[in-house]
Amino acid sequence: MNDKLKIAVDLHIHTALSPCGDSEMTPGNIVGMAVVNGLSAIAITDHNISYNAQAAVEIGKELGIVVIPGMELETAEQIHVVCLFPDCDKLAKFQNAIDNVLPNIPNKKEIFGSQLIYNSDDEIVGEHEGMLLVSTTITIDDALLLAEKFGGIAYPAHVDRDSYSVLTTLGTLPYDYKYDFVEISCVCDIEEICNRYPELKKYKLMRASDAHYIDKLQEANTFIEVDTVSPHGIIEALKNGGVISAV
Amino acid sequence: MTVNEIADKLKMKVLAGDGNTQVKGFYACDLLSWVISHAQTGNMWLTIMNNLNVIAVASLTDIACVVVAEGVEIDEAVINRAREKEITLVSSELPAAEIILKAYELMK
Repeated sequence: MNDKLKIAVDLHIHTALSPCGDSEMTPGNIVGMAVVNGLSAIAITDHNISYNAQAAVEIGKELGIVVIPGMELETAEQIHVVCLFPDCDKLAKFQNAIDNVLPNIPNKKEIFGSQLIYNSDDEIVGEHEGMLLVSTTITIDDALLLAEKFGGIAYPAHVDRDSYSVLTTLGTLPYDYKYDFVEISCVCDIEEICNRYPELKKYKLMRASDAHYIDKLQEANTFIEVDTVSPHGIIEALKNGGVISAV
Repeated sequence: MTVNEIADKLKMKVLAGDGNTQVKGFYACDLLSWVISHAQTGNMWLTIMNNLNVIAVASLTDIACVVVAEGVEIDEAVINRAREKEITLVSSELPAAEIILKAYELMK
């Protein structure tokens, strides 16, 4: 009685709104490339911000691919967590909460890059002036709870990396981490990371591109099993064991 | 010198543990994965990290105490875990470098 659908996903992608995101990372280009790569769903996850998610969700509807509105949050411990939401309204509420814990520092775009906001016609409609490559003051434990409170999910990003990774920063996963998976980077050597952190063998590993350039989006190599192909269905699958572990 | 003696002189608060351990050197770092493999037995470990895993790392490394520096507020859960695991946990308003410099002078 397995009537679940197995779909290919890439749930960690930056747009040109992230200072480090390439200028070709417009919502239209990203969603189009995801279709070309044979993905069923992607997530838009800019650093501490979410203003390009709406445009990408709308373009996704036109092109027949699910776009999950999200954010890559930097916690007080300098850990990156991917936060995904069922719709843009819930993400907007989460964004409001994050705005209150984000230091108010102007971006230096000559150093860090521009932070461009697009509409669903892929036109630049604004530029975010605040510095986004910074730690918020919310702890990882509170961030995970906060995302759930707004109907979403948050989980540690690229745990195999040397920086901004929960394993590097805290030495292990948060004490009462409740999901059965974590994200790994597209270049992760699974055997090596599991030898270094044997506790990881208890978790499923989900690859994501963390793409900042259009040619870095993932091919159809990462799968989850869902009841429904929608942001809500995918978030429920992530919460309830739907990730098929990378090997 | 013991943790208690140093804490007393530098007006730091001992929040958990008996503080009777002798301090042998200092170690300052916030990346816990790094601390696990680099802190030495008897070190006073200085960090600004406020997380339960700090206590787990302290247990693993056999350090003299953890000092949470710069007045970072420590969660009740962290303090309770330190009591449970008999880890000496200290809170200070001073930055880590200043604590080390002052404690080093005291120990000379």
